[in-house]
Amino acid sequence: MSFLDIFKKKTVSSSNIAKGRLQLALASDRAGCSPEIMEKIKNDIISVISKYIEIDVAGLDIKIQQTEGENGEGLVPVLYANIPVKEIRRG
Amino acid sequence: MGEVIVVTSGKGGVGKTTTTANVGTGLAKLDKKVVLIDTDIGLRNLDVVMGLENRIVYNLVDVIEGNCRIKQALIKDKRYNNLYLLPSAQTRDKTAVTPDEMKQLCDQLRDDFDFVIMDCPAGIEQGFRNAIAGADRALVVTTPEVSAVRDADRIVGLLEANEMKKTQLIVNRLRVDMVARGDMMSSQDVVDILAIDLIGIVPDDENIVISTNNGEPLVGNDSLAGQAYMNICRRLAGEEVPFLDLNAKKGFFGRLFGKKK
Repeated sequence: MSFLDIFKKKTVSSSNIAKGRLQLALASDRAGCSPEIMEKIKNDIISVISKYIEIDVAGLDIKIQQTEGENGEGLVPVLYANIPVKEIRRG
Repeated sequence: MGEVIVVTSGKGGVGKTTTTANVGTGLAKLDKKVVLIDTDIGLRNLDVVMGLENRIVYNLVDVIEGNCRIKQALIKDKRYNNLYLLPSAQTRDKTAVTPDEMKQLCDQLRDDFDFVIMDCPAGIEQGFRNAIAGADRALVVTTPEVSAVRDADRIVGLLEANEMKKTQLIVNRLRVDMVARGDMMSSQDVVDILAIDLIGIVPDDENIVISTNNGEPLVGNDSLAGQAYMNICRRLAGEEVPFLDLNAKKGFFGRLFGKKK
C-alpha cells in the first residue's frame, strides 16, 4: 500500500464482495436453480415480453435474491428481474 | 447415555480432524469419558493428529465386520485414560461400512461413553452419510472463505434433510488482522450467511501446526486456539461461555469479555 492510498476512499472491501457473491450463489443453490436454468428463464422472459414491448435485452438482469419475508419468516428467496423498457409498441 | 457428535464440513482441509482431536481431548480434560471415531475410511488421519499412529491393531472396519470386539479396537490416549480412539481402516474404502452399521455402533458406544465424536470425511457421498447416520448433533466446520462457506451451506442443507437434531457452526482459522482491514469475512458474516447457531470461533494460530507436528492436541493451553477449543468443549458440556474477544488490539488477545456472540 503506498502512502497516497491513505487518501483514497476505500471502495467496497473484499470481505463484502465475498459476502455478496456468496449470498447470491447460495440463494440460487438453495432454490436448486442452476445458472443454465436461469439463462433459459431469461431467454423465455425476453421472448414473451418482446411480443408486446421493446426491451433493452443487454440491460436485462434476472437473479434469485434473498429478501426479508412479509410474515416475519426471515430471509426468503425471490426471483428478481430488472427489465429496461425501450418503447411501448402502439396498437 | 452419551451424546454422539459428528464433525463435518463438506470441503476438505478446513480443520475437521484438528477440531475432532481438540474437542475430544478437551472434553476428556473436563473429565468426560470420550471416544473418537475416524470415519474417513481409506484416508486415515485422526491417529497421527492424536499421536497414536503406532498403536493401531484393529480398526473401524474390523469392528463392523466382527473381526474383533469393540474394546480390542479402541486405543487408549497417551495422556488421558478416559479418552479413546477408534481408528479408520487405511486399506479399504467407504463402501466397507453402511449408515445402518454406523448407527448401531454409535448406539453401542453411547452406553459406555459421555461423548462419541466422529471425524467425517470431506464430501457428501457415502462416507458423509455413514458419519452422520448415528449422530445427535453436528458441528459444521468452515473457514471464512467463499468455497468453504458454500460447501458448509450444502452440508447444512443435507443435515436438515436428514433430520439432524442439532447443527452448530465452528468458524475456523479466522485471521483477525484481515477481518479488521476488510479482507476476510468475519464470523458474524459467516453466521449471517449460513443462519445456524455459532458454537466456536477458532483463530488462525501457528501453534496448531506445531501441536499437530508433535501429535499432541493443544486444547486448553494458553494459545488462542487452545483457549478457543476449550471454550467449545465447555459449551458442549453445557456451560455458558462467552466468545473470546478476538477483535481486541494486538497484545490483548487473551482477554475475555462478557458479551455473548
